[in-house]
Amino acid sequence: MKWIGVALIAGSLLLPPLFAGDFYINLASQILIAAIFALSLNLLVGFGGMTSLGHASYLGVAAYTAALLTTRYGFGHGSAAIISMTATIAMAALFGVIALRATGLGFLMITLALSQVLWGLAYRMSNVTNGDNGIAGLTRPMPFGISLESAASFYWFALIVASFAFAMMAIFVSSSFGSSLKGVRDQPRRMAALGFNPWMIRWITFVYAGFWGGVSGLLYVYYHKYIHPTSLSITGSAEALLGVIAGGSGTIGGPAIGAALVLLLKNYASAYLERWNMLLGLVFLFIVLVMPSGLVPGFSRLIAGLRGGSR
Amino acid sequence: MIVPTSGYALEVVNLKKAFGGLVVTQDVSLAIRPGERRLIIGPNGAGKTTLFNQISGDMRPNSGQVRLFGSEITRLSPHKRAHAGLSRTYQIITLFTDDTLEHNVTLGLLGLRATRWQMWRPLSFYGDLKTEARRILDAVGLLHLATHPVSEIAYGEKRRVELAMALAQKPRVLLLDEPLAGLSNIERSQVKTLIASIPRETTVIMIEHDMDTALDLAETVTLLNYGRVIVDGRRDAVIADERTREVYLGV
Amino acid sequence: MQFWIIQGLNSLSLGGLLFLLSSGFSLIFGLMRLANLTHGAFFMLGTYFGATALRSWDGLNIWVTAIGAGIVVAAIGGLFERLVLRRLKTNPLGQVLVTLGMSFIISDACLLFWGGDSIPVPTPQNMQAPTRILGFVFPTYRLVLVGCAIGTAIVLYYLLDRTRLGAMIRAGVDDGQMARAVGIPVSRLFTIVFCLGAGVAGAGGVLGGPILSAYPGLDADMLPLALIVVILGGIGSLLGAFIGSFIIGFIYTFGTALFPELAYIILFLPMIFVLAFRPQGLFGRVGA
Repeated sequence: MKWIGVALIAGSLLLPPLFAGDFYINLASQILIAAIFALSLNLLVGFGGMTSLGHASYLGVAAYTAALLTTRYGFGHGSAAIISMTATIAMAALFGVIALRATGLGFLMITLALSQVLWGLAYRMSNVTNGDNGIAGLTRPMPFGISLESAASFYWFALIVASFAFAMMAIFVSSSFGSSLKGVRDQPRRMAALGFNPWMIRWITFVYAGFWGGVSGLLYVYYHKYIHPTSLSITGSAEALLGVIAGGSGTIGGPAIGAALVLLLKNYASAYLERWNMLLGLVFLFIVLVMPSGLVPGFSRLIAGLRGGSR
Repeated sequence: MIVPTSGYALEVVNLKKAFGGLVVTQDVSLAIRPGERRLIIGPNGAGKTTLFNQISGDMRPNSGQVRLFGSEITRLSPHKRAHAGLSRTYQIITLFTDDTLEHNVTLGLLGLRATRWQMWRPLSFYGDLKTEARRILDAVGLLHLATHPVSEIAYGEKRRVELAMALAQKPRVLLLDEPLAGLSNIERSQVKTLIASIPRETTVIMIEHDMDTALDLAETVTLLNYGRVIVDGRRDAVIADERTREVYLGV
Repeated sequence: MQFWIIQGLNSLSLGGLLFLLSSGFSLIFGLMRLANLTHGAFFMLGTYFGATALRSWDGLNIWVTAIGAGIVVAAIGGLFERLVLRRLKTNPLGQVLVTLGMSFIISDACLLFWGGDSIPVPTPQNMQAPTRILGFVFPTYRLVLVGCAIGTAIVLYYLLDRTRLGAMIRAGVDDGQMARAVGIPVSRLFTIVFCLGAGVAGAGGVLGGPILSAYPGLDADMLPLALIVVILGGIGSLLGAFIGSFIIGFIYTFGTALFPELAYIILFLPMIFVLAFRPQGLFGRVGA
């Protein structure tokens, strides 16, 4: 049953460029980017038990670094991407060391404070980041000389990257390291007594999650050809967290679905409402109060209930 | 008490632990030989679990030392002590409740192996871990429940899983924190049989607050009260000692 | 020389404002183990209320306005606590998320109601003339702010240390279960503390108006400062919030004046330093 659902979703991912217009293909690309971002956050939240409200930092650092390197310093896309990812990993390593001095709420507050500081820097250091104007006029890379300008070609590119990201994260989570991560999430004291190093396991996961957050940042800046401090803001981190929780943090695919829903909601709501943030806030309240374990587990429970089976 | 520093499996030297004004461990010294079966007893609040916590690294003492086979481990983090050969069970069940028994024991085996850092292959790839885990479950009589989640088994069975996990690491020193607490008579005799069958390569130190149940497992006994060692020595001598009677009857 | 004195006073007044902002946050976190991410929004709400009130009614007393706004914000906070937070007692992550959601709702509501332009708040007339001390000239209002912070600190200290309510709050902070067991109405205390925290933030917002102005994004500017103050000063410690506020006030003011682009980095250096050596903050209790 589960495999049919997975096959359906996989199949539907191939549809947009074949049947839909540019608007929908672009929307699908944005969904893929948001999905990678949410999945990377879920490595921390769902599998690591570490709730972070600062994940947008990694998207932002990767995006801004790539943007600056290509527009100001004449770097090619390939080298800019490598340098951006290195910078992102370094930042994740540093932030991880700071944030992991605490757990639980302390960890959350520190990740939030660090991310807000980064956002403040993006805003204030106008001579570097262009502040509130953002950096525009960016170009998309041309892997193997293939142009990514059209909606369809970018979509295929994003789909390849997203599939790779999804596979890598799925492998990570089901590996022996992944099992130790889940163990540390559930019983950190017991794991330490068994010989596992909880801090190191958490820190490595933190850096790995930051890495994929950075990958989504590169895709983001290639897609939009523009970067603005808002992408580093708490709203970005919060939307991803909402996606993770709405989709279900316990599953590997749930956050992707949740991210898709949040993005679709945002797109359609902003056509009618000016105040997206208020709606986001209300959705937060709704999901947390009514559906705390998310939509995907809720849905599969519903299906199981309809089939009369018991678990 | 003069404590010679050679040939002991575990030594505790003048350990002191205080929380603010409350001194929970006062000048405790212990010397336990390899292969020994030591029982630590004392009324509630005597500081037994706090002592264990300092030996396992879950708490840092204010002063004093802990030595494992002659090496000082006082400042070592808990996971490093596991690698040095120390293993422990907890008073409260700390198993992975949503996972199967097999997975729980497998994690116990994984903790000391380099494979735990492997980020590519799923855990199921390591067939030897699975075989070993099943062998251990069989040794504690729980193989038939191997694929059941921990949440579905009885309390006594959970205690046996805990013991299995601790033994899986083939520890040199095993700390058992109230292993018989809350068990029915049948379950108690099952766990006692298990403890009695632990090989001599493993030194066993047990906390029990109910004297009668654990005495036949012990060779030597240490009596703690108010954080201090009151009596320390061979089992029969400690039982006969009038200070023991004072502590238990005077309470 | 004048530069240092002026910046010094600005630091003190910012520190005072930060204390009004973060004392409530620290209390709420200390008692309810809740990182109230709505706190910046509560402050901003107060600033907007104050801005409208003080601009509409010339000569309106700022103290009255502050207390009035404080009461309104406290009421909003109380409703939120009772209707939403209370249902999430077993879900600490959920609690954080709803406070975040609530902050989005409040900040967007402010944007909707007051528009996107920054609204300057007039300094009260009786405090517009500068004060002369030792031959130096100081803006009076800033001196008054420092006095407010000290006054609030004294009142809060008295409340916590000398009253029965305070004793109950402190018991709840130390051991919630035990407090319940001896009959302390912990749930009601939660509501009271949340209202108190929100109210002080709201009142602080009014008092901060003449210096900060009311603008969209004020909450996003203030919240990380409150977080850093509490991380630095220690959770649940009023003294920590007080000292932390002034330390951050100085660092932020001088940092922004001397290295405007790097102010944010200079800001979180003490936080990192403290975390490296004392993860529980300067005055925090271990395990809070």
